[in-house]
Amino acid sequence: MPARRLLVMAAVLLVACAAYLSWGARGDWAFILSFRGTKLAALIVTGTAIAVSTKLFQTISGNRILTPSIMGFDALFVLLETTLLFALGGFGYTMLDPAIRFAVTLVLMTLAAILLFGTLMHGARRDLHRMILVGIIFGVLFRSLSSLLARMIDPNEYAVLQANLFASFNQIELDLLGISTVLIVVALFAAWRLRDTLDAMELGREIAINLGIDYDRHVLVVLGIIAVLVSVATALVGPVVFFGLLITSLAYQIMPGFRHRDHLIANGLLAGIVLVAGQTLMERVFHLHTPLSVIIEMLGGLAFLILILRGHTR
Amino acid sequence: MIEIDRIGFAIGKSEILNEVSAQLPRGKMTAIIGPNGAGKSTLLSLIARLISPASGTIRVDGHDVQQTASDTLARILAVLRQENVIASRLRVRELVGFGRFPHTRGQPDAQDGEKIQWALDLMALSPFADRFLDQLSGGQRQRALIAMILCQDTDYILLDEPLNNLDLFHSRKLMQVLQDMAHRLGKTPVLVIHDINYAAKYADNILAMKQGGVFANSPTQAIFEDNLLSALFDTPIRIHQIEGQPFAMHH
Repeated sequence: MPARRLLVMAAVLLVACAAYLSWGARGDWAFILSFRGTKLAALIVTGTAIAVSTKLFQTISGNRILTPSIMGFDALFVLLETTLLFALGGFGYTMLDPAIRFAVTLVLMTLAAILLFGTLMHGARRDLHRMILVGIIFGVLFRSLSSLLARMIDPNEYAVLQANLFASFNQIELDLLGISTVLIVVALFAAWRLRDTLDAMELGREIAINLGIDYDRHVLVVLGIIAVLVSVATALVGPVVFFGLLITSLAYQIMPGFRHRDHLIANGLLAGIVLVAGQTLMERVFHLHTPLSVIIEMLGGLAFLILILRGHTR
Repeated sequence: MIEIDRIGFAIGKSEILNEVSAQLPRGKMTAIIGPNGAGKSTLLSLIARLISPASGTIRVDGHDVQQTASDTLARILAVLRQENVIASRLRVRELVGFGRFPHTRGQPDAQDGEKIQWALDLMALSPFADRFLDQLSGGQRQRALIAMILCQDTDYILLDEPLNNLDLFHSRKLMQVLQDMAHRLGKTPVLVIHDINYAAKYADNILAMKQGGVFANSPTQAIFEDNLLSALFDTPIRIHQIEGQPFAMHH
């Protein structure tokens, strides 16, 4: 049954992609396909990265309402970018090859995520309240530090950064798309290889160790994968708080069973469907009057409230 | 055999275990008894490599548990702690099936199906096999977890207060199953247990612990003696022989 549902989702995604590429297209097809195709690829790549990183985080923290962005992962990324600009100055920052700059931030981000969150994950399963509190505090801390730095940077120089950080689904950072896609594919492949191990890890530290999983090491590996996925997605479209939660909750509703081999694919497909279909409606029906992220955040926020009210904290 | 050699363990400044040394014989059921805070569960977690000792070594079947790869150990020993919170929405059969994980790495075959059914039957779980874990009572969930451990089919079976939540019928059944595994299949169950009369009836060997150290480690008959047990629990206990079995009166 899981296989059939995945096939249906794949078919829906294909229809959505076809609609996005062809609806209302007039003129030179080669241009339209390359223009829209790039954007389509970007939507699918970032959507998958956000959804899969959320699912991975929920597996290692053992609950279904925490997400990397609630825990402050993307705020951390923004802070690192701001620090980089602060350290290098506007000129140095712009002179640096975007790919190199991105690589530096990514390495820092992965290290910071493992250091900060690696120590926290031990009590995660027993103490959801502490995790949420830590997330809120980290988020506020990272954002405050970013805005402190922003105030100390020359406004003209800060404008450079702002253009990068205030990306959205309508203004995807396309110059980073190539390297981002490579990174995300590598990270997704790493997650896919761990799919059976993740099934056991979801049972909790003690049972996972009993089943022969090197649990503490694997938590760090998974945090590293999450850090890469979140960094890349944030670099491309900026922080999106509730999108991951929306997709994983949908996946839990739609996919039977617990196996990551099914849920990882389902999360990727659902993320693609929601983003591509949403963007198609936004561009063709609403003519860009409402940013897609606003609608997604609203739906995601509602999903968050419903989950909390129904007590689905585990 | 489980060889515990000068194990020390502390949480912060408070010492939980101090130079604990003991040997638990292979092919016999051992019960670990003692008052609260004696370090029984900690010792069990250390044997099962769930935590690392501050000093000393533990060998199970000759394997140093700190040095041996976790997946190798998972085919030698299985452990169930108290208070397991399971995040996934699992059916009973799927949970029990995880017991095969160390052997199959998520690729179960027909033989695994038989083992899973065997474990389900052993713990009288077949009627609930397709229920979700959150639709079970505490005792049924405990039995499902024990079935997973038995399905792992290891020589050493470590259980921390397995009788928690179990009614009389299932407590007795579990103890009989474990005793049978020790005597007939040569397995080595090690149980932390509070009801000393269950220990008296079923265990071959008793490790009595008090204040982070070994109080006594002997065959069961030698432990069930008025003065020894009274001193262990700081409570007057009298042993009566009922139908050839020692029975501890403590209230």
